[in-house]
Amino acid sequence: MTSNATDPGPLVSLRGLSKTFDLSAPLLNRVIERKDRQYLRAVDGLDIDIPRGKTFSLVGESGCGKSTVAKLVVGLHRASAGEIRFDGTDLTALPAAARGAFRKRIQMIFQDPYASLNPRWRVRDIIAEPLRSFGIATSRAEERAEVGRLLEMVGLSARDGEKFPHEFSGGQRQRISIARAISSRPEFLVCDEPTSALDVSVQSQVLNLMRDLQDELGLTYLFISHDLAVVDFMSDYVGVMYLGRLVEAGPAGRIFSAPEHPYTRLLMDTVPDIDMGRRDRAPVIGEVPNPITPPPGCSFNPRCPLADGRCRETSPDLVARDGGTVVACHAVTEGRAPGSRAHGADRQRGVA
Amino acid sequence: MTSSNTPLLSVRDLSICFDTRHGPLRAVDGITFDLAPGEILGMVGESGAGKSLTGTAITGLLERPGRIDRGEIRFEGQRIDTLSAEEMRRLRGRRIGAIFQDPLTSLNPLMTVGQQLIQTIRTHLRLDPGAARKRAIDFLAEVGIPAPEARIDQYPHQFSGGMRQRVVIALALCAEPSLVIADEPTTALDVSIQAQILDLLKRMCRDHGAAVILVTHDMGVIAETADRVAVMYSGRVVEIGPVEKVVRDPRHPYTLGLMQSIPRVGSGVQRLTQIDGAMPRLTDLPPGCAFHPRCPRAFAECRATRPAPLPVEGGHVACHLYQGEPA
Repeated sequence: MTSNATDPGPLVSLRGLSKTFDLSAPLLNRVIERKDRQYLRAVDGLDIDIPRGKTFSLVGESGCGKSTVAKLVVGLHRASAGEIRFDGTDLTALPAAARGAFRKRIQMIFQDPYASLNPRWRVRDIIAEPLRSFGIATSRAEERAEVGRLLEMVGLSARDGEKFPHEFSGGQRQRISIARAISSRPEFLVCDEPTSALDVSVQSQVLNLMRDLQDELGLTYLFISHDLAVVDFMSDYVGVMYLGRLVEAGPAGRIFSAPEHPYTRLLMDTVPDIDMGRRDRAPVIGEVPNPITPPPGCSFNPRCPLADGRCRETSPDLVARDGGTVVACHAVTEGRAPGSRAHGADRQRGVA
Repeated sequence: MTSSNTPLLSVRDLSICFDTRHGPLRAVDGITFDLAPGEILGMVGESGAGKSLTGTAITGLLERPGRIDRGEIRFEGQRIDTLSAEEMRRLRGRRIGAIFQDPLTSLNPLMTVGQQLIQTIRTHLRLDPGAARKRAIDFLAEVGIPAPEARIDQYPHQFSGGMRQRVVIALALCAEPSLVIADEPTTALDVSIQAQILDLLKRMCRDHGAAVILVTHDMGVIAETADRVAVMYSGRVVEIGPVEKVVRDPRHPYTLGLMQSIPRVGSGVQRLTQIDGAMPRLTDLPPGCAFHPRCPRAFAECRATRPAPLPVEGGHVACHLYQGEPA
């Protein structure tokens, strides 16, 4: 597949991306205790397109595989199957040596600003490291000027480069992480819960900064979060994950205004409502099952109010719906879901 | 003795101080509030605002070098901040229950859930082993653990996160306390479980007549659960009042900024309101109002003197903006 000249296509395309972790006991234990091998399918056949300059967010509860996707995309995990196409090149097929060229175009921002900065390094060295390793700055003076410019871009002052991370608050540290991430002039940033460790009044500063930088530098974001309100603010596209699979994806506006999958609706229902005050929420039954032994059929069926025989036997595929979304749910496609757009054509599976 | 019009808990001018090599640091500075029997009071604030410390001081679990250096805490009319560790231990569990953030670390991994419940019940109530076990099973059923007769003999690691927090709630309430301190009870849980646990906490405390101090950083949790809310900033209560009032019509500029900076689903905004700067460190608190360096409405008085709490409709606000206003 080559992208044609006029439309460069999405910057990032994931096709059938899967990651299986082997959790088996050591061989001797397996032989003596007659245990089977155990596998955890953390990510199972994920298809996602992320257009240039846009934000695609993955939401879901702990253990749904969203952080594993982030690590696969930046190369911190090796995919078990599937493709990670970046600007037309499949990164999973590249030999390790050739992947280096892509590394500076893809950067990551981590959740914990206390753990992701080396406490023994001065901030200027933290930010300059990518400049040095990718050979972006050729002289000391150039490097210093660039670090100063980056610090000012994220709302700190050039003099802050002399300080150590412990001298900064959580929000300022996350600004330093962002400065480091954008120092190699990447096109694509993977942000794994970048504001979850921050207080709300500081969270809004960092989110505003990330949107400003996106506009200024034309960045494309893969944004991972469990906070739906944050996702709604940041995203152009949203994918909802449950036990390693995408259950619903599409334009953010559509997903938030007319969610169709029962799990998406459940998530929307659990957002505490500040303005309405107390209200009686629909009782949510059960918890996420153990991902090592997922239930047969649709993995959401034990918690789903709409589950029937078919849901307990066969796992639904993603089906394109009106409004550009895709949904993997038998009840929705059969028109059994209340308020669902039952007339939605049963077109072949599409991608957000 | 308590009557219906005396508060269950009364905190007056409470200050908590940490003695460090660089001198004393005041982490909680003169906070005052009352709690009525059966009431749910939310305490909200950023990390380091002193909300958890206040809860810790009430449960008598404050550890050195932290100490209460001013003020008093009265519980059911009796002063409890001066009690000995042994007296406090007897009060805690029996009259004051506690629920902490992480259900895994608040349960003993080497004891079955039943042993922990029975131990708590028998420490505080005069029950024989059979009756205590029966009560433990009843409590597990009440907090929604399926098949409690079988689950009672399992260890905490055999429970999921949500189920563990249900066990912790059962533990906190099994001796029928009249006050429960819940410190971020849902922060470690997934969003879909969070709603279940909050509903359970509310129902259990209502059914057993316990008042709750709900410590959290999440205004959404407060809005859905609490009757009144105290907003803390830099160790001080800046605003306290009925939840609907504080949420809909915040008086203090910090509360207002906090409410506006929370992203909301479906708001469609292009930019979030932000409060510039960060909460000051305890080592360099500004003079006057601690919020003035970040306050868009600060004036000379704010930089000079610390505002005293002023009575407003149903509560208090500590801000010079309302100084001239008739209460």
